[in-house]
Formats: sequence, C-alpha cells, structure tokens
Amino acid sequence: MTMDRLLFGDNQFFGVNHMSEEKARAQAMRFQDTQAIVDVLDIAYDEGIRTFMCTTHDRIAAICDHMRMHPSRYADYRFYPCMPYAHKYANAVTEFGMLGALKRFMPDGGLIDAAMRGGMSLARKDVEGITTLLVDAEMKMFEGLNTPVIFLQNVVVDLLLGLGFKDAFRIFANHVRDKYQAEPGFITMNMPRLLDMLEEVGIDNPIVCSNINKIGFRMCGGFEAYARALENRRFRAVAMSVFASGAIPPKEAIQWVAEQPNIESIVFGASSRGNIQNTRELVDRFMPARQVETAVAG
Amino acid sequence: MVKLAVVGLGKMGLSHFAIINAHPLVEVVAVCDATGYLLDVLGKYTGVPTFADYDKMLDAVELDAVVIATPSKMHAKMVRTALERGLHVFCEKPFCLDSEEGAELMRIAAERKLVNQVGYHNRFVGAFQEVKRLLDAGAIGRVTHVLAEAYGPVVLRPKGSTWRTQRAEGGGCLYDYAAHPINLVNWYFGQPSSVGGSVLNPVFSADTDDEVFGTLYFDDGKTAQLSVNWSDESFRKMTTKITIWGTAGRIYADRQECQVFLRDTATIPDGYKEGWNVRYTTELTEPVWFYIRGEEYSAQLDHFARSVEERAAANENSFGDAVMTDRVISMIIADAQDGTRTSAQAAAAAAAAATPRRSKWRGLLSGAR
Repeated sequence: MTMDRLLFGDNQFFGVNHMSEEKARAQAMRFQDTQAIVDVLDIAYDEGIRTFMCTTHDRIAAICDHMRMHPSRYADYRFYPCMPYAHKYANAVTEFGMLGALKRFMPDGGLIDAAMRGGMSLARKDVEGITTLLVDAEMKMFEGLNTPVIFLQNVVVDLLLGLGFKDAFRIFANHVRDKYQAEPGFITMNMPRLLDMLEEVGIDNPIVCSNINKIGFRMCGGFEAYARALENRRFRAVAMSVFASGAIPPKEAIQWVAEQPNIESIVFGASSRGNIQNTRELVDRFMPARQVETAVAG
Repeated sequence: MVKLAVVGLGKMGLSHFAIINAHPLVEVVAVCDATGYLLDVLGKYTGVPTFADYDKMLDAVELDAVVIATPSKMHAKMVRTALERGLHVFCEKPFCLDSEEGAELMRIAAERKLVNQVGYHNRFVGAFQEVKRLLDAGAIGRVTHVLAEAYGPVVLRPKGSTWRTQRAEGGGCLYDYAAHPINLVNWYFGQPSSVGGSVLNPVFSADTDDEVFGTLYFDDGKTAQLSVNWSDESFRKMTTKITIWGTAGRIYADRQECQVFLRDTATIPDGYKEGWNVRYTTELTEPVWFYIRGEEYSAQLDHFARSVEERAAANENSFGDAVMTDRVISMIIADAQDGTRTSAQAAAAAAAAATPRRSKWRGLLSGAR
C-alpha cells in the first residue's frame, strides 16, 4: 500500500488554527455548511489530491454521506480517519467523570457496567474489548468507504506514550489490520520516542505522522533527534505542520521538507484554490515522484 | 532523580502522570487513586506501583515529591500531610477552598523550604509570558482597565453529576474556569483590594455556577472586568484571553498570539514598533522535552522537577500566588451572595438628594427649549 505524496488535512474546517483564534473562528463560520467543505475537497480532488486525512469529528459523517451518494465522482477517494476527536472526550470527562464519559461513548454501556460489577477489575481482555469497541464506534461513519490507513490521534498516542501503555498500540494496530484491512498510523508530537516504543511492541515499519518543519516547531525530542530518525529509522514518515502554522513561507517550507530523507507524504490544510494549487505545484517541483517511490520501495 | 507520586488520576492527574513520567529527571514510583479499576489497568499495563490509600502510599514508598490532582476539596488535607512529611508539592488548581488554610500551608512550605507549586499553566504560555514582560517594561504606560475572559463548552445541558458540578466540592465555572483569568490578573497586577457586581449564575447546572461576571478594584484606581462562561458551545475548547488598556497602548493576548498596539507616547520595547505588533505562539513558545496537549503543561512540570532537583527557594506559581487567587474567589462568592444593587428607585432618590447642585443648569435648559 502506497500513500500519496500530498494528503489533505481538516484542521481548517473545524476552527483549528495554531496561529490565531480570530482566523480559526472565521474558518469555523465559513465551513459550517457541509457544502463549503465539499467544495474545497473537490478543488483539492481536481488537483489530484484524493486522500482526506480527517478527525472523526461528528461533522465528518456528513462528508462521508456525500461521498457515498456520489460514488462515481469519488471512485478512488480515500479517507485516512484520525481518531478520536479528543475534545469530545475531554469535555465529557469534565461533565460526566471518567467512567461516565467512557459509558457515553461505548456502543453498549453494558460492558462497562458488567466490568464494574465484576469486582471493579478489568481483565486484560476487557481492555482489549473496550479499545476495539471504541475504534469501531469511531469507524462507523466510514462504512462502505475506502479507509486504507487509520490513525490514532496525537493526544491519545502521546498520552499512552507518556504513560508507557505500550500494549494499547499493539491492540490498536492488530484491530485495524484484522477488522479493516487497513494500515495503522500514529500521529505524535514526540516522534523519536514513539518510534522506540512502537519498535518495542513489534510494530514494524509503522506509519508515523509528526510535525516536520524547518523551524523545529513542536518537534519534541529536538530537531537533531528528528533528523537522525529520518535518516536511520525504519518507518514511513508523514510530515505535518510543514509551514509551522504559516511561520515559514510556502516555497521555503516545501523545499526544506523535500531535502529531508525518507519523507513519504505531506499532510496540509488549505481553504483556497490558490493555496491548494500552490502547494501542489511546489510539491511537484521539489518532491518529484521518483524519489517518493524509492522511499516506499525501501 | 526525583522520586515522585501522582495522586488523583482524573483528567489532569492522568495527563500529569504521562507528562512527568517522560521527564528525564523524574521517576514516578507510585500512583494513587480511589478508583480500583483504573489502578488495576494502569498497574497491569504500565507496571507502576498503585495505591488506593494515600497514607499507606506515603508509608510504603520513599518519595521526594507528590503531584496532587484530586478533587479540590481534598487538596488542603493531602497537601498538609505531604508537607509534614517533608515532600515537595505540586497541587492542581484551585489550591484550597478555604484561603486561610491555603495561607497556612504556604507558611509550612516556606518554613520547611519545600518547593510548592500550583497548576496555573497559563503562566507558562508564551503569549501570556510576553504580556508579563511588556507590563513589567511599562510598555503601555499606566494600566487603567483589564478585561479577563474565559469561555468553553463544558456544561451544555442540565444533566451529569460529578464533583466538578458541585460548588461545595470545589466544582463549577468559578473554581474550574474563572480561576485561570483571575490568576493571570493576580500575576500581572497583584491582589485587588475589593470586588463588586459579582454574578455567579447557573445556566444548566443545579448545584453550581456556569457563568461568572464581576469587577475587581485595585488600590491605584485600576479595574478588571471578569467575564467567564463554561456553557458556551461557540468555543471548541477552553479559551482564556486578556485585554489590557493603558495610557500608552493596549495589549490583547490568548494562548496563540499577543497583539499589542503602542501609541507614540509609549516606551517602545526592543523588537516592537509604534502601532500594531503581533507575536505568534510559534515565536513565543520554548520547546519542551515532551508534548501531550500544549507546551505549558509540560513546561510547568519541568519547572517543578527542576525546582525540586535544585532545591530552589522561589518558584513560579507558588502556593502564595495561588492563595491570592483563592482569596479573590472567596471575595467573589461573598459579593455575589451579598448582591448589593442599585435600583431605579435608589437612583431617583440619589438624584433627588443631588437636586440643589443641579439647579444652576435649570435656566439654561429651559432657555434652550
């Protein structure tokens, strides 16, 4: 399974902007109609960008409906779901407590109740069961659509990484492979450290998406460690935040990423035809296809 | 190595555990929580020794420091026990529901020379730190007014019941949300001498407030307006912002950016110019060793770990700083209960009492007609 060089992200659609709250709100207003999102996805699609790497935000369900209703238009469209949409859980924990929140998001709260009654002890298989049920609940909106890579979101990945909850990565990877015939992906702000842990639990050549940009913005573990990892480690790198939220001019940003070894894909967000075209052209110019194919074969 | 235990594994506790567990100077040697299933899972999957009883944990494990992230009502007792055992303490906010108790803990910590920190993470946000630098440099002249705000989507319907929904337990918008902008105001301007017009309104909650408004008065005539609402779904997540008006300019800051307008009368700091200046998080944020949910959460724990390691006498976000915020919170609760207001009747009475002074204008007004 190869990944396209350019993947389309979704932060711009949901009021996520790492630079400015004002800009984030303006985007949230612009994209409150699903059609406005579809229009931008169509522009990207017509530029040859056919992978949408999106959070399992409630509103993505409407995008999925649109794609299912127009199968011929989007025949080779791919979703890379990124789960979960963490704020949904965080807000629920504040409102309902840890268990209450878990129960709300489980397709069948009965499992938690049963586990609670069973002497407050969650056996190993219950943790696996809960994890896989939560994944299935998040995947429901993508039914019938092409989801060749399924990502675990960075807040969850990095929380598990910090806790040293290694088995969760294995449980997630196995479930995604077995049930969805998809490749597991991991988004992280701590790429070098995550690679160590994934290697420890035997996840070989993992897809790992992390910030990779010229100014080292949110590249935790340090610029040097990232450079060494790209050079020496066996993994499939997806670069995000390559423009560092606009702090790096586009040409300079893409040119620099293109010079780094072994980056398979770039995920970027844009909401105008101009920016989408421009990014597309810069990637065509600085990251010719051959280099990418070699990386995948390697 | 700093040997540390995390106590209370709710949303904040789990996050603290994960962040500090990755710190090169720290070894998390125990965690403690009342919830059996959680301990069970963490013990089994991460290998950390777990305890359901705080005192038993303190007896059993050799520690240098504790991170306390239990429901607010339990802070005071647990912090006291830790200090009495000579442990350095990082405690979640709000610090103590009774500010006198907080002041005593502050004295104990000082006496025993123990590092004491409270989790007001905004003091580790690059943009808010930039505001502090600008104010300390006198960039916008004499400050006359402050607007301190926080909004977010926590309680959006009338249901759900946890300690966070009970004022008596230290839950509610005032303790959970408003504490943050109040703490920023304290950091920048110290303690207000009084508060007025305080409003603690429920929107959906049965047992606590969902909206907090009020005015903080400072001795030099400066005022701060507080506007906080945790039932606002138009915000994707908690957003804290501060706007400061001075005689020589205005500062606005949130987590992402710091916008500064400087008049030609301003003392222009290095790197700034007259008119508008914008600094973004990408340039204001220092890298951290490990990131989960914002550099500030990592930076505050890094500060704590280093302070413990170096036995630093003074640290950022000390108990003393947090007690100041607790005091303002108590003032707001008292003021909201008191609820003194001015009615139309009272205004008319005041006007009538002032009539003799207005008489000289009468001729002018009738002449104008």
